[in-house]
Amino acid sequence: MADLTAADLRSAGRMVGGAPLLVGLVLLLVTVAFLSLGTGAAGLSPRNLLAAAAGLEELERRDRVVLFDIRLPRLAMGLLIGAALAVAGALMQALFRNPLADPGITGVGAGAGFGAVTAIVLGGLLPAGLVAAFGTHLVAVAAFLGGWGATFVLYRVATRDGQTDVATLLLAGIALGALAAAATGVLIYLADDRQLRDLTFWGMGSLAGATWQKIAVGAGLILPLVLAAPFLATGLNALAMGEAQALHVGLRVQRLKRLAMLGTAAAAGISVALAGGIGFVGIVVPHLLRLVAGPDNRLILPAAALLGGSLLVAADMVARTVAAPAELPIGVIMSLIGAPVFLWILLRQRAARGF
Amino acid sequence: MRPATAIPAAGLALALSLALSTMVAAAEGEAQRIISLGGSVTEIAVALGAGDRLVARDTTSNHPPDVLALPDVGYLRALSPEGVLSLDPDLILAETGAGPAEAVDVLKAAGIPFVSIPGSPTPAGIAEKIRAVGAALGAGDRAEALAATVEAGLRAAEARAAEVAVPRRVLFVLSVQGGRVMAGGEGSSAEAIIRLAGGTNAATEFTGYGQMADEALLTAAPDVILMMETEGDRMISDAQVLSHPALAETPAAKAGALLRMDGMLLLGFGPRTPEAALQLHGLLYPAGG
Repeated sequence: MADLTAADLRSAGRMVGGAPLLVGLVLLLVTVAFLSLGTGAAGLSPRNLLAAAAGLEELERRDRVVLFDIRLPRLAMGLLIGAALAVAGALMQALFRNPLADPGITGVGAGAGFGAVTAIVLGGLLPAGLVAAFGTHLVAVAAFLGGWGATFVLYRVATRDGQTDVATLLLAGIALGALAAAATGVLIYLADDRQLRDLTFWGMGSLAGATWQKIAVGAGLILPLVLAAPFLATGLNALAMGEAQALHVGLRVQRLKRLAMLGTAAAAGISVALAGGIGFVGIVVPHLLRLVAGPDNRLILPAAALLGGSLLVAADMVARTVAAPAELPIGVIMSLIGAPVFLWILLRQRAARGF
Repeated sequence: MRPATAIPAAGLALALSLALSTMVAAAEGEAQRIISLGGSVTEIAVALGAGDRLVARDTTSNHPPDVLALPDVGYLRALSPEGVLSLDPDLILAETGAGPAEAVDVLKAAGIPFVSIPGSPTPAGIAEKIRAVGAALGAGDRAEALAATVEAGLRAAEARAAEVAVPRRVLFVLSVQGGRVMAGGEGSSAEAIIRLAGGTNAATEFTGYGQMADEALLTAAPDVILMMETEGDRMISDAQVLSHPALAETPAAKAGALLRMDGMLLLGFGPRTPEAALQLHGLLYPAGG
């Protein structure tokens, strides 16, 4: 699985055809989205929604707030961020030809974490005017700048004479990640106990702060990546044969790398900025899809967007209801449910192969 | 069988709703379903007689023990707007810092009165908090009386503290984890209560709560170590604290002077703070100031 070769691409036995898979994923998405709108602590049920949609029932003010100010924005944000993380993961895995790659490989996570921690701990030192201008968005803006900045630095470090060296990128990424983690550690040392609790909650991720304004900003950076990614698929498939071969067949490898990396940094950066740290989606979703549909990126990339969105919305549904009236962080749910399921799939796959 | 049972049930429901509506009418304008967020705000609300109208609390509200039976909406800085709404409150009292801001906006959009209670964890902030909670509950007179009692208690504590001839040096230890001591420094709520009890804070090299290096602990030379009571087996034993390599060399450890008090009582800065100051004073100066 480490390297996808041309032979893999040809011989990959698909369990499911492309069109049925995409149709199935769209149906899954619609189902999960509807369930998500009809599930929650406030008791507005799918039946209420159907009745209201059919004009049989009038929603009360509180129900309207629950639907339009809480559940709908969370649904939209979950779909966007799930899609962004899954597509970014699939892109990175194709680019680095490694199934364990995820957006974190380009320093997005470490950089965004550093940005967020800086804003939480040192935000009070900024001039009052600046703080007022950003308001509650200060942490998100800092996380985005940190994530994107880290990727940009890494890209520059690993690029010489117009060629980005993947090995340098990986190693420099580890060094940069360690540096960001150390700087974050210094800030955590300086933090007071209230800031520490904020940091902990930020790190575990949540869709609780979803607002239409945030969704608009997120969509502006995420939709271009999600929609454009399938157009990179042919190039990424060629890259699976190796960089030299891809160059020989006339692929503009450097342009592909730049587009994929910076697009990923923007989409993953804004995801981390808006919802905090949510792991796991970027690795698991593309992997599951490759298991059932083979390694063709033309199918994997759009399918990842659909499945990633569904998965995150489903996890958020659990996060919102399982500890009601309180709420669990979605990153915790994602890993708590996702990791064992993923392990189970891996073991079953191994058993089926007979080794 | 069905219609026969349904009719009395409907009749009962009607009677019940009539009874309820007259009750609500009797107390019109007064919130009946209150959610209180923040330990000291909850204490004050209960002290002002709103205990039976509370429908939920946050994680930091743990006194009086009755409130522990209420649903917990989570940590007050990470609220779930839908969870809060699901309890159908008609008033939310929130300590400063409740959030996230988006959740608060949604609650306000749902038309629920959301009252922010100002006040810092300092002696001066307590009366301010009590008056704000009183105003929100429509219990201004009771709040005024409680605020006056608390202020008198604080003045008495300050007078007691001023009479102490040789203040004892107190080190507040928040936790000892992996051999590292987290202590209350300058400007911390621990320092405020130590002063109010007539002691001086031994940790002065830093502000807020922070980790202290072993050498700084030796230099601080506390006469007394003050800690919170923690429940269950998470508790680090007194012997473990006193045998900590750096703490063991302090006058406090040599004299075996380790005090423990309930965390919310000690650091909550609510109506019980005068009581906490008196209790700590008594522990620090058993033979009188």
